[in-house]
Amino acid sequence: MNLVESYKDDLKLIEKPWTGCWITMTVIALLLLPWFGNEHLIYMGTLIFIVSVGIMGQNILIGYTGQISLGQAGFLAIGAFSFGHMAQMGLPIGLALLGAGCMAAFFGVLVGFPSLRLKGPYLAIVTLGFGIAVYQTFASFEVLSGGRMGLVIPKFPALFGLTREASMYYFSLFLGIAFTLATYNLISSYMGRAFVAIRDNDIAAEVLGVNLTRYKLLSFAISSFYTGIHGAMFAMFMGFIDPQMFNFSESLIIFVAVVIGGLASVEGAIFGAAFVILVPQVFSGYKEFVPVIFGVTVIFIMIFEPLGLAGRWFKMRLYYRNWPFR
Amino acid sequence: MVNFIQYLISGLSAGSLYALVALGIVLIYRSTRILNFAHGDMATMGTFFAFSLLSWRFPFYLALPLSMLFGALLAVAFYFSIIVPAQRRDATMLGQITLTVGLSMIFQGAIIYLWGTDSKMLSFPLSDTKTWQLGPIYLNELSVGTLIVGILGSLLLYILIQKTRLGLAMKATSENLPAAQTLGIPTRTILATSWGLAALLGVVAGLFLAPALILDPFFMLEPFLKGFAGAILGGMNSLPGAIIGGLLIGIIENLCGGYISLEFKNTVPFIIIIIVLLFKHEGLLGKEFKERI
Repeated sequence: MNLVESYKDDLKLIEKPWTGCWITMTVIALLLLPWFGNEHLIYMGTLIFIVSVGIMGQNILIGYTGQISLGQAGFLAIGAFSFGHMAQMGLPIGLALLGAGCMAAFFGVLVGFPSLRLKGPYLAIVTLGFGIAVYQTFASFEVLSGGRMGLVIPKFPALFGLTREASMYYFSLFLGIAFTLATYNLISSYMGRAFVAIRDNDIAAEVLGVNLTRYKLLSFAISSFYTGIHGAMFAMFMGFIDPQMFNFSESLIIFVAVVIGGLASVEGAIFGAAFVILVPQVFSGYKEFVPVIFGVTVIFIMIFEPLGLAGRWFKMRLYYRNWPFR
Repeated sequence: MVNFIQYLISGLSAGSLYALVALGIVLIYRSTRILNFAHGDMATMGTFFAFSLLSWRFPFYLALPLSMLFGALLAVAFYFSIIVPAQRRDATMLGQITLTVGLSMIFQGAIIYLWGTDSKMLSFPLSDTKTWQLGPIYLNELSVGTLIVGILGSLLLYILIQKTRLGLAMKATSENLPAAQTLGIPTRTILATSWGLAALLGVVAGLFLAPALILDPFFMLEPFLKGFAGAILGGMNSLPGAIIGGLLIGIIENLCGGYISLEFKNTVPFIIIIIVLLFKHEGLLGKEFKERI
């Protein structure tokens, strides 16, 4: 977008003072939301922050590293259920979250191993099979899933005199911002560039000295860590989980969110999350049309704007920055 | 032993339908390198169309070809209206796969809107309660009919691909698209034909699966995934591989259901595929094209 003169310039998150200005304003608006917004708005906001963490993770895997994965629901389930069990054992929330993320990351590495040799459709079927296997496992072992009634999870406590919903909102806002910053830093590091190199051509990347084994596995581990956190937060938000929440269509929705938001874009992940959360809410009277809207949007995006909502956003900003020149 | 043969037969009959689904997926993958996630939903659409025809008192022998035609037309329309413009705009492979995911969601919504979510009974001429006894083994009408349809469908496809000029053109197009264009093969038409054929096979599979499963908007999801798994197991660009893969999935699934546990009937085939892919990562009969940088 603009001239980069040094590595330090390249690492800058905020390039123009004006950008810094509106980002600060957005963050302040989000911070003040519980004061002037109603409960529904807080609910939506919390959900969007939670989901955007997971979408960011999948964007690292699908958008940056270029590995097709359709087993996200499996990682979500692993994150959610391990968080649930750890929280029931009485672990503090932070530790349980970390544990859930690490558990998901461990399984991510397990699924990542086949990815070292498989590509395209073959990788898709392996991840898909993993998702189904996880779903079946949780559905048929009542010890894991908490039986027919599902697993009841202690909700986030009320902190600092706020309501329980507002504290959950702030916690997920904090996590959302933390993960966004972490992702920006990750993709501008050596690791992020290695991921992009693997996506563009893995053989060429290996020739240039990228350790394929390490970085493919790392990509799987990191993305499933994010998804695990997403699952755990979702479980805490809902207060109740059962395996039915993590079926194949959940994986498809995450995939669609990544694509609609924009492949290989961090802010795209947030847009994508907002899209898949807001559309079912806006069209709640016409439930059967929600998949149609998703489908039509995906097709339109793929044909007319392959960079997704993030690409549109980028072009819009560019237009106003260069105005009145084109 | 008797049990084993019984499981084998029911596995073969389910597997022959998975093979039809797998053939559809492989036909499309081989010619356009697109993984068609809408395959199952196209088949569902065709099956529901047949359901409507049958409930309007159309005879079955008329409803079957009409719904096959309907499915094929849907696929061809999708190819021309969405895949071709996307390819003109240089869509990536992942982008084209995503297009089919989008299409599958649209179909799902349309099916739910048009026919509702409640499950339906398809009035089918073959029943699975009518059984014949062959020594100690029971055969039911439906599974025998299914097996015959599966074998017949694969055989007809084989003849079409191997013995006709159309099949030759299809092979040429899938081997090398620019060369086929240079030789004057109308590649667009040929590719559209592949899409149509694939959807047609899918609708046949859907129609014969509907009486065994319950006809609801999501009934093809599992057979589609199994067919996909079969296609992968056989190798994504080998048509005989698809048939073998589909049959193997059917047999493995039924043996697992019989001997191991009914709950993991759906999972064990996937685990076996993952293991096979770890050792032979292009499927049993697949030969992926070597890649150049």
